[in-house]
Amino acid sequence: MKTLPEVAQVIRSKNSSPFKLTMDIIFREREVFDEVRRRNLINPEVVARAYNIPVERIEKLLYFEPAKAIKIGMSRVVRSGAPGDTDVYGAQQHAPLLTIELDI
Amino acid sequence: MAKEYKILSPTAILGYGFPEESFMRGIAEHPDLIAVDAGSTDPGPYYLGAGKSFTDRTGVKGDLRYMLTQGIKNHIPIVIGTAGGSGARPHVEWCRKIIEEIAAEEKLSFRMGIVYADVDKEAVVQAIEEGQLIPLDDQPIPTAEQVRECPYVVAQMGPEPLHAMIEAGCEVILAGRCYDPVCFAARPIEEGYDRALATHMGKILECAAIAATPGSGSDCALGILKEDSFILQALSPERQFTAQSTAAHTLYEKSDPYHLPGPGGSLDLTNVSFTELGDGRVEVRGTQFVPTPKYAVKLEGSRCVGYRTCSIAGTRDPILIASIEKVAQQVKDRVTNLLLHDDMKGEVFFHIYGKNGVMGTLETVKDVNPHEICIVMEVLSDTQEHANTICSLTRSTFLHYGYEGRISTAGNLAFPFSPSDIPMGAAYEFCLYHLLEVDDPSALFSSEVVEIKN
Repeated sequence: MKTLPEVAQVIRSKNSSPFKLTMDIIFREREVFDEVRRRNLINPEVVARAYNIPVERIEKLLYFEPAKAIKIGMSRVVRSGAPGDTDVYGAQQHAPLLTIELDI
Repeated sequence: MAKEYKILSPTAILGYGFPEESFMRGIAEHPDLIAVDAGSTDPGPYYLGAGKSFTDRTGVKGDLRYMLTQGIKNHIPIVIGTAGGSGARPHVEWCRKIIEEIAAEEKLSFRMGIVYADVDKEAVVQAIEEGQLIPLDDQPIPTAEQVRECPYVVAQMGPEPLHAMIEAGCEVILAGRCYDPVCFAARPIEEGYDRALATHMGKILECAAIAATPGSGSDCALGILKEDSFILQALSPERQFTAQSTAAHTLYEKSDPYHLPGPGGSLDLTNVSFTELGDGRVEVRGTQFVPTPKYAVKLEGSRCVGYRTCSIAGTRDPILIASIEKVAQQVKDRVTNLLLHDDMKGEVFFHIYGKNGVMGTLETVKDVNPHEICIVMEVLSDTQEHANTICSLTRSTFLHYGYEGRISTAGNLAFPFSPSDIPMGAAYEFCLYHLLEVDDPSALFSSEVVEIKN
């Protein structure tokens, strides 16, 4: 078993619009990315479990081959900068991804 | 020799700065254009709503001084996109004033084209009534009243509105809200370069050296557009563009790295290749532009939702910390009850750092026992006076609240500042983020040409 930070060089979140969050996982090694992709080890269920939210809230998850990366999309709870928001840039919503473990 | 078009991108956001050496290395490459993206919606809805820049005036003036003096002296055109951070009229005027100051101080003369991105609110209301507003990101269609609560509505322009300025011989183009790549792509497209490649290169150059490794938002990058590819080159020896850094940047802030929508169509990156040329340069090819059946522009507007006051405090008491969520709710309930007697309405939010201040309801770590926590009290009401009053009431109620099990009876909160409450002015939220189909890509955008003489 390996945790995601052991095999990823970048794990980040950011607004992709004032209403959407986007998370990127960029792998270090092409081989690891290929295996994760082949075995579909990171999928909406895995991400939803890490965030403890219903899987329906994971709106997008795709593998981006040129950057050996995974992109995840979900809606913000509060639109960016509106009253009650906690993270205007959406740049600190990635931490639950760090807890994902991979069977590799 | 095959033709090529070189673009110097000094910095990721005008005002973020750049090393003089990098900029001068870029000038030594004899670029055909110096272009900079000056805006973003990242810093939130306030700046568009309030008509203010999120960038610092001194920083913007410093960056522009290099660009204008070197650009005019070397006959290199300059394009500034999304002036003033949000690109509405007050933002453009703010940037124009800075440019005119520099021109006077440096004795520069040039022709400047100014393109405004402001959209008439009643035209938006009419578009809503006619069902012509297309929502993005599952957002509801705003009501006419909500649109009228937006002090400014802007549209993201494509390259087309800049063409008249280029034809008029403008050496400097100052544009309001632009689709980010436009300040880089408009001139080469006018010269006949491929729209897809020019736009894709602009998409990377708008972040300057962020797409290099190590990345930096305050260092320069050079883009070389060719007939069927483009090349990216860093301008300081410690950075390089690699296939990985450039491909990874394609993900940045985008919801889908393969399809990047913009005015008039999308970039399709499905068949893009990134090839390292061996000297810190990367060549990109294969980008396609897929036009939409009807040309659409994205509208942006922030509406005022009230006034905000906040207060910041900490607590080091383990008994209070153990029941902080419950106590916060009790304080909120008591404030609500007290307000029932007055004709005053407001909303109270508690940001509890040390528990879930950063992620709110998305926080997954529930059982924590920090030795200290920070509480940011946020109050929203219809006037600043009301927000101040409710914040004051919330703060004093919290300070002396007799929660269950309390043994520290002199005060529950540690305030770092006196005064403790901070009136924050008008609060905004994004309400327009919708597409509007147009017959003419330039019709919404008014412009003027001015002669700067010194």
